[in-house]
Amino acid sequence: MPGHAARPAARRASAQDWAVGAAMVAPSVVAVAVFVYGFVGWTGFVSLTRWNDVLPSYAWAGWRNYVDLFQSFRFRIDIVNTARFTAAFLAGCLGIGFALAVLLDRGLRAEPVFRTIYLAPLAISFIVTGVVWRWLLNPGSPQLGDVGVNLLFRHLHLGWLRAGWYTDPRIGILAVALAATWQMSGYTMALYLAGLRSIPDELREAARVDGAAEWQIYRQILVPLLQPITLSAVIILGHISLKIFDLVVAMTGPGPGFSSDVPAYFMFDTTFRGNHFAQGAAIAEVLLVLVALLTVPYLVYSTRAEVER
Amino acid sequence: MSGHRLHWIAAAVAVVSLAAAPGGPPREAAAAPAGKLEIFSWWTAGGEADALNALFGLYRKRSPGVQIVNATVAGGAGTNAKAVLKTRMLGGNPPDSFQVHAGHELIDTWVKSGYMEPLTGLFKSEGWDRAMPRGLLEILSYQGQIWSVPVNIHRANILWYNKKVFSDNGLAPPKTFEEFFRAADALKAKGIVPLVLGDKEGWEAGHTFETVLIGTLGADGYRGLWTGKTSWTGAAVTRALETFRRMLTYVNSDHAALTWDEAGQYIIGAKGAMLIMGDWTNGWFTSKNFSGYGWAPAPGNEGVYDALSDSFGLPKKARDRENVMAWLRLLGSREGQEAFNPLKGSICARTDCSPTPFSPYQRWAMQRWRGDAIVPSVIHGAAASEGWATEYKDALALFVTSRDVAATQRALQKACVNAGVCK
Repeated sequence: MPGHAARPAARRASAQDWAVGAAMVAPSVVAVAVFVYGFVGWTGFVSLTRWNDVLPSYAWAGWRNYVDLFQSFRFRIDIVNTARFTAAFLAGCLGIGFALAVLLDRGLRAEPVFRTIYLAPLAISFIVTGVVWRWLLNPGSPQLGDVGVNLLFRHLHLGWLRAGWYTDPRIGILAVALAATWQMSGYTMALYLAGLRSIPDELREAARVDGAAEWQIYRQILVPLLQPITLSAVIILGHISLKIFDLVVAMTGPGPGFSSDVPAYFMFDTTFRGNHFAQGAAIAEVLLVLVALLTVPYLVYSTRAEVER
Repeated sequence: MSGHRLHWIAAAVAVVSLAAAPGGPPREAAAAPAGKLEIFSWWTAGGEADALNALFGLYRKRSPGVQIVNATVAGGAGTNAKAVLKTRMLGGNPPDSFQVHAGHELIDTWVKSGYMEPLTGLFKSEGWDRAMPRGLLEILSYQGQIWSVPVNIHRANILWYNKKVFSDNGLAPPKTFEEFFRAADALKAKGIVPLVLGDKEGWEAGHTFETVLIGTLGADGYRGLWTGKTSWTGAAVTRALETFRRMLTYVNSDHAALTWDEAGQYIIGAKGAMLIMGDWTNGWFTSKNFSGYGWAPAPGNEGVYDALSDSFGLPKKARDRENVMAWLRLLGSREGQEAFNPLKGSICARTDCSPTPFSPYQRWAMQRWRGDAIVPSVIHGAAASEGWATEYKDALALFVTSRDVAATQRALQKACVNAGVCK
């Protein structure tokens, strides 16, 4: 009998729990629904209207804004710039981050010191990084002389390495990628270092007993085991690179011939300078799709992995 | 707090009794104005902020009961402020009065959309339609009405040069493009940068090209570009682009890394000879304690005043309408303009200001302001809508690298079509 009486009470308690839980979650669900998905939807709607002046005009334009966008020279340059930036930035961060993590993992004596030094740039805002690298990569000129990195190269008798950096349209956005890599590769190192530390030593020892060379251990065992880390790093860095804005603003602006322009900067310019709200919304949607292409497969993959576990 | 209030009341009473004193001029604001006046601008630093404060000082003297709210948004040559302004205007919460470039930046953005009240009556009753030149009133007008009060005038088409470099090489400021290129060749041979450019922010190339357009097409031809009377596809625009392309072969190699003022260091250091820039350069040179500079109209620009003006208007939903009217009356008055402009480094929009408090450059400009043909600057918002000006700016920024005359001319024509002026 006592068991019988306890069951409805437990049911009541769990219903109460559920109600309390729902009440706790509701505000954030509502806020996310309105301020994230609501505005995503609203932006999508605006991008299909003729609102290309200050006053809203909700006349239907269909895909016209998107067609115009992909026909505009500036947006085409922006897309190429984003691809170049992403490639250079990912390769730089992953390469340097992994190399640093491997070096630190070798049991360096002053490891915490180095770890802090490599991670420090992460604490700086992109605006500061942009200003500093704008000075460092200033090309100088024959009349005013070399400055920054070019001056360093000349003193090291490496004068042939001097370049126009972000003022050279062939380099352009890659100079920005250099600054971004400087800032984020320490973070990538931290990710890899954590990954390396989580791999049990027995695996390496077993491999050594089997006569594997050190580089073989890395190639055949550690790198494959670090694959989830690499994937997370690609996702995190990739969405930063697609959305990059502040670094470009502080460091170069659109650059000569838009060689360092990015979609986010164009979006700001066309919306708030040119009053082309529908075009700005179209750029926002293109960016959303690009980021989604990168992150959604990852989210699907990780949820599935969690369910399997 | 109550002490303050008493103070204000005392001051207000003093003003009222002064106004009512026998023999004194009758004042329409017999009841002391009260409430607030919110002024929105991007004048946050240096001479600009001082100039704005000078106006506030005068306003406080005239309307002591009014509390002034100084709403400024720093940065980006007004870009950031304009973004904030748009949110406020569209959200139905406009400032009482806001800084805006006179001409199409105001007209196409806020007048056509029905957010502003016309001020033609104010211009008539204050006599400003006679005190300000007709070319300026044309820039301020739309559909027969005047929409804002210009507080200052800047000039965009000035060639600044290093006097010593010019005299050492036996040169005089070039009046025509031929003379410009002859001087440029001579300077280049000496290892001096003939034309200094800093186009990091993207608008400076468009600024220089604007003066080339004026120099090629003349005042009327240039004005016609923005009204549809002059063709963008014609041979004259092609010629202007070719001239500009040739000028670009004489600029400093690091132009894309520099802002216009950083590029000005070339002039100060006598490593560069000429800079085509607006007359805010005058204040910048002064702030650097540099006096070895001279000025002349940009090549081919003699007799043409390429003007831009900061102005204030009356939004329809302004909460403190009477206070705004008092503010606008102050801005257009000789007293207000004489207080503001020497500090800002600009000249009066009125033609009757006393030259005494002004610098030599400003006196020169004031003289020209009375006689020159006045044309609106496009890159500084007077000639075309913001959307058009942005597309114009982008086309020229790309031209600096591509040097593609035909493609740039097509882009300029397309911008005109998009603006609804060309077909």
